Amino acid sequence: MSVSTPKERRIILKHADDPNYSNRIGCYLREGGYGNLKKAFSMQPEEVGEEVLKSGVRGRGGAGFPAGMKWKFLDRKSGKPIYLICNADESEPGTFKDRQIMYKDPHQLIEGMMITAFAIGAKQAFIYIRAEFHEGARILERAISEAKKAGFCGNKILDSEYSCDLVVHRGAGAYICGEETGLIESLEGKRPNPRIKPPYFPAVLGLYQCPTIVNNVETLCNVRHIIEMGGEEFSKIGKPNNTGTRIWCVSGQVMKPGYYEFECGSLTLGQLIFDICGGLRPGRSLKAVIPGGSSAKVLRADERFSGTLKDGTEFDWGLEDIPLDFDGPMAAGSMSGSGGIIVMDDTVDIVEAMANVNAFYAHESCGQCTPCREGSLWMRKISQRMCSGGAREEDADLLLSVAKQIEGRTICAFGEAAAWPTQSFVTKFKDDFIRKATDSPKERDPKSLQLI
Amino acid sequence: MIAPDNKEMVNITLNGIEVEVPNGINAVEAAALHGKEVPHYCYHPKLSVAGNCRMCLVEMGTPMRDRTSGEPILDEDGIQKIGWVPKPVIGCATNITPGMHLRTESDLVNECREGIMEFLLVNHPLDCPICDQAGECRLQEFATDYGRGYSRYVERKNVKPKRTRLGPRVTLDDERCILCSRCIRFSQEVAKDDVLGFVDRGSFSTLTCFPGKELANNYSLNTVDICPVGALTSTDFRFKMRVWFLKESKSVCTESSAGCNTLVSSREGAIQRITPRRNDQVNDTWMTDSGRELYKLVKADSRIRRPSFRGSDLPLDDAISQAFQTLKNKKIGVVASCHSSLEEQFLIKRLVEETGAKVYIRGHFGEDDGILLSADRTPNLRGALVAGLTSHYPSDNLNDLNDSISDGHIEALLVIGEDLKESGVNEDNLKKVSLVFLGTHQNSTSDCAEVVLPGLTVFEKSGSLINRSFFLQSFEQSIPCPAGLMTDFKILARLINLFSEDSIAPSELDEIWEALSSCENSVLKGITFLKIKKGAIQLNGSKWEHLSFVEKEALHYLPTGVITS
Repeated sequence: MSVSTPKERRIILKHADDPNYSNRIGCYLREGGYGNLKKAFSMQPEEVGEEVLKSGVRGRGGAGFPAGMKWKFLDRKSGKPIYLICNADESEPGTFKDRQIMYKDPHQLIEGMMITAFAIGAKQAFIYIRAEFHEGARILERAISEAKKAGFCGNKILDSEYSCDLVVHRGAGAYICGEETGLIESLEGKRPNPRIKPPYFPAVLGLYQCPTIVNNVETLCNVRHIIEMGGEEFSKIGKPNNTGTRIWCVSGQVMKPGYYEFECGSLTLGQLIFDICGGLRPGRSLKAVIPGGSSAKVLRADERFSGTLKDGTEFDWGLEDIPLDFDGPMAAGSMSGSGGIIVMDDTVDIVEAMANVNAFYAHESCGQCTPCREGSLWMRKISQRMCSGGAREEDADLLLSVAKQIEGRTICAFGEAAAWPTQSFVTKFKDDFIRKATDSPKERDPKSLQLI
Repeated sequence: MIAPDNKEMVNITLNGIEVEVPNGINAVEAAALHGKEVPHYCYHPKLSVAGNCRMCLVEMGTPMRDRTSGEPILDEDGIQKIGWVPKPVIGCATNITPGMHLRTESDLVNECREGIMEFLLVNHPLDCPICDQAGECRLQEFATDYGRGYSRYVERKNVKPKRTRLGPRVTLDDERCILCSRCIRFSQEVAKDDVLGFVDRGSFSTLTCFPGKELANNYSLNTVDICPVGALTSTDFRFKMRVWFLKESKSVCTESSAGCNTLVSSREGAIQRITPRRNDQVNDTWMTDSGRELYKLVKADSRIRRPSFRGSDLPLDDAISQAFQTLKNKKIGVVASCHSSLEEQFLIKRLVEETGAKVYIRGHFGEDDGILLSADRTPNLRGALVAGLTSHYPSDNLNDLNDSISDGHIEALLVIGEDLKESGVNEDNLKKVSLVFLGTHQNSTSDCAEVVLPGLTVFEKSGSLINRSFFLQSFEQSIPCPAGLMTDFKILARLINLFSEDSIAPSELDEIWEALSSCENSVLKGITFLKIKKGAIQLNGSKWEHLSFVEKEALHYLPTGVITS
């Protein structure tokens, strides 16, 4: 297997681990930085949009929606100002890619944002950064002031007639602010309750009820590279409909966890875990993998996945054969989400793992709509009781039923994010759940890791 | 607010049956028009759509069209295919488009409702036996329809504050709150007093006032009305009465010329509360807090309960005779009232014609809040205009009456409710005239009147009033009047009969309306009391357009007399 293991192809994280590279503008300019901004400014805004559309780049935040298409939905007829927001509220458990970009190469993001702002004709751009990234906010603010001084941002960019200010807005510590309409509410200074869609699609009625584009950090950085290479050329990276590279954040019980950037579809999940990340600890075997952040459905190590891909090819994969792109994990019934791959070996108590995930979602539910608010807390209470010696055999089915009552009935995708882990954990590891009730010790071992 | 742009009718398919509904209204309203209830908590027809309770989930589909050509996509039978939305959608935020398909009774929809009901109840205290909302609680109603019947919840319930004072009139039980946000939206959008909000997250979210604020505006009790559960309670009504014992009657608020439609709830002759009644042209579903307190006047200490002559009680018949004796053969003045019903004002006019008396009338004015408390603090000033008691706009005093008494033009006065001293008639002048007082409560005038005739409050009689937009609205008797008394217009009719030998004044509502509506050139022509009872009637007020009415622009009211939609 290891013979054909592909090499990392670093585009976004090219300079991330370069000891001779800092996050100051000098380094960025030395490496040809802001040249693409100049290139973009020599084009018409529509042409920039066309290039991005041609590149086929899909959003890196989790949903994987084509970015060029998103820009097309902008309501330009209303005459209202257009806003650009960078979603840097990276909060999905298991994901840590945007942080690397912002900490190590902030100017790449700024350049990507300014090109995007120019392309969509934005009046004002924001970076909404999560509260916990204190240092990141400071780095970005310094980078913005450097860029402003050099004329790459703010008033009359590159001495053209186009001006667009860029500010950093810090969140207050809520996962839901990563949901784009929740983020917009938060940016407006309100509780981040996601909005109902319809009618509040951000491209039409976004920030301050004006047309707004919200893109992920990695997506916006890709814009810079699309302009550098041209949309056509960029689309050749990776696979059709899965263009560009992706940063996979591997965590859990592997020897070398970390971030790895690969061309989409260039390697399989097995190659990533066993070759790139050095495999599991000695004597351990693989039990489960969450492929795209904690809200993605868990995959069981001995599962088989078969069916037909969108392009018509049939597939029959084991867990290790799943190609790492957008469509691979999707075909396996899960999703690549934000690229946070969580690996669990056979020492993991699967019920406790689910209890931790449930505790997270119950804590982070905004509380606006009924199914998510009540369901997520109920699931947390059930799974915590199961882990504290009170498990009942019927709890597995109860959990499934509660999750089903949440899924598809909420205002935002948080409902699915809370329901999917439970649904997949319980259906795929039902034996573990039944065993919890029938033969586990009634009291939890006080020396074991504490549940959140 | 997601409102329809026009009233154009379109065809939709509701549960497989083609029906006609106005274009653009939401699915909840559209289904209701055809007898299908879509249960909901957070949606309120007069507030913006929040879409958070998820109880109104329905299935929705639209006729399929080819994306590129726009041509309809047909099935084998040549019928256009329906593209059903894969997930259920909320009815409150789904606006009707032509050809839309809706399912409000499918298995999926019922399953959704059952799921939501279960979720709403897992952390609900289920304290119906001590809850004021019991009997008119949406949770109880929909739990009957969509409840599981048993609980699958074995965990501990969340604990929240049980009795938070939100303001002087509203008490909150947080455990019962289902976080529908109706009260928050009401405060922001209607009362324009943004003081309520949620704190904390998820299932621990708690409704509260912003720091340093309280829910003290004059519309705070509307939040209690629109609360679909027993979370917001009226401090006044709390723990007083089971709602299923209450008898409800339709009335109109007499606080100001806004004329809010109300429901007066009473039990065994005692009023327990007043709540607003929906009228989309007048008060939507709102009313003031101050208007709800008016029932307390019925049992006020200052209430006049017995007729009297020179300070000593006597039967009503004798008192009316004494009134006639006091007034007859003198130069009479009548102080009419804008608080009287239209029927009473008509009889006063008749009395004036019969006796050749001079009419005086004053207005009562205050601050206009731009919503439902208008500057004209009388309910029927326009009634006085329509009844012909005055042709000019009343001022806030009776200085002209004072002058007339000084000049000796008035020797006897019939006063309907007004306080003359307060209205600018000086005490010396008051002593110069013989006084007959007809009213509900004591004041300085009743104290010095020779004959006092007890009137009835609006809750003890029936009649009609004309509000600021010239809507003629009826109110009905809610509780019996004190023993031995009779309604004001009967007293007036008897008085008229004593003055006139040849005609008999009408003394029943129907008879009065026969006379009122038979008048040529009257805006009341052709109206019967029964018609008013069926719904408010818009009168043509153009005849009085030149008068400078004091009301400011407000809910459903423009100063020019134009009704806002």
